[in-house]
Amino acid sequence: MRTNFRSWMLALPLTVVLALFLLLPMVMIFVVSFWGATEFSIYPAFQFDNYSYLFGSSVVWSVFASTLMYTIVTWVVTLVVGFTVAYFLAFHIRDTTTQMGLFLLCTIPFWTSNIIRMISWVPFLGRNGLANQALMGMGITDEPLEWLLFSDFSVILAFVHLYTLFMVVPIFNTMVRIDRSLIEAARDNGASGFQILTNVIIPLTKPGIMIGSIFVVALVMGDFITVRFMSGSQSANVGRLISNDIGLLQYPSAAATSVVLLVTVMIVISIMLRFVNIRKEL
Amino acid sequence: MERKPTSFYVLASFFGLFMLFLYGPTLTIAILSFQGPGGGLTFPLRGVSLHWFQELFRQQSVGDIWGAFRRSLVLGLIVMSITVVLSVMTGMAFRRKFRGANVLFYLILASLVIPSILVSLGIGLIFSQLGLTVHWLTSGLGAQLTWTLPFGFLIMLAVFNRFNPAYEEAARDQGATAWQTFRHIVLPLIAPSLVGVALFGFTLSYDEFARTLLTAGSRNTLPLEIFGMTTNVTSPLLYALGTMTTVFSLLVIGACLGGAVIMARRRARAVSDAGNGSV
Repeated sequence: MRTNFRSWMLALPLTVVLALFLLLPMVMIFVVSFWGATEFSIYPAFQFDNYSYLFGSSVVWSVFASTLMYTIVTWVVTLVVGFTVAYFLAFHIRDTTTQMGLFLLCTIPFWTSNIIRMISWVPFLGRNGLANQALMGMGITDEPLEWLLFSDFSVILAFVHLYTLFMVVPIFNTMVRIDRSLIEAARDNGASGFQILTNVIIPLTKPGIMIGSIFVVALVMGDFITVRFMSGSQSANVGRLISNDIGLLQYPSAAATSVVLLVTVMIVISIMLRFVNIRKEL
Repeated sequence: MERKPTSFYVLASFFGLFMLFLYGPTLTIAILSFQGPGGGLTFPLRGVSLHWFQELFRQQSVGDIWGAFRRSLVLGLIVMSITVVLSVMTGMAFRRKFRGANVLFYLILASLVIPSILVSLGIGLIFSQLGLTVHWLTSGLGAQLTWTLPFGFLIMLAVFNRFNPAYEEAARDQGATAWQTFRHIVLPLIAPSLVGVALFGFTLSYDEFARTLLTAGSRNTLPLEIFGMTTNVTSPLLYALGTMTTVFSLLVIGACLGGAVIMARRRARAVSDAGNGSV
């Protein structure tokens, strides 16, 4: 009983912050999703118009589909790249100082601005950018490729650029904790390098893979700014749908879309959480 | 010296390419920010100059970037302090089982995975319905904390998972109060990790965009200001600003990592003194 009280006193400030700035806002969005809107104001109501419009619109369905496409493609690419990088760091770099140094190199961009990291692709991918200059210089194409910037390609490239480190960090963390004698045992029993990878390392790395996947999936599904900036406003995802409605002051409609997005994200994440005990993995 | 297998070289080149991918674009805009006055947004460089950096200091040519920088700095420091204190407190709470711990844990996780724009929208709606004006120091602060607190908390959870309670028990056996034990035993031991939490708190706030978007009010933080510039500034000025704030972030990261390393070393030395006998 006293333990309960002491712990709650310690946890109270954080709980209050999250209650006020996370829970309450979500409740508010849920409530407002039933409200009505005129061109310049919103009014309390209890109507399902926002939802019926949402589910009746083919545009909305295709936007949800493209959000799913971005999520799956980004997840696959970040997983493959992140796993490979983490594997190299964990199993091929023996010296701990070098290992930590290279690991830090992978994480430093996380502490810098996402917006600037997005902007920095422009001189690379643009019509007169480095990529096109290089491709034309090598004679691979005669004229600049238009789809390098402001396309689904550049959106996914930016996602991979921004979020791969969310895969590297947890996967590396689980990999360095794998007992090396397990790998030796597998080798002594005649397993090939590939068999060790698929039968020993990958199963033992699953929790790290799951944590990384949760981050990447949540970030890509909830994104609105990467898609807007990197597609030059030509592609859409659910986040952009919401931010467009906000721009038009159509808050109830934005709120209804938000509720659907929130439910989708929560279902996906809670399925993923079934495969990992995060508290044990920290 | 054992020979490295072929797979090492394949993976090492992959890692090298990944580094190039990670840092190449940032380096590109760093180079391009030294464009001559007549240069554009892409190569070739038309001369090398500090023109665009000087332009940053000219009031007329850009919006209120220095005001935005100041606000981001202040907000970052506030978010950092709150994040460190609340993360440690909550981390301490989670060292013992308590009723509702699981619910709270999942609430904190939810704070990480709920899309940022929803946090922004929800807080914005509450403020407007209550007739309050959104301001970077109130709604903006709260919105950013929902992003930094989970990171700080998870780090502290990891730290306390590896924490040896024997030191505290020793202190308690010698009659130290709960506060004394915390102040003189726990705090010095976790200090290097606190620098890490501070780094997360500051940099995540300093660069935060999505959650601040609808909650900062009429005065922009730096990332909002930069984003605004992407639509109307089409000169290397944007790169100069980007380079400047990236360098600032790197200095903060360097200071924090350096600080943590020094603390850890000092502690290691202090420990190794023990048992060397007195003079």
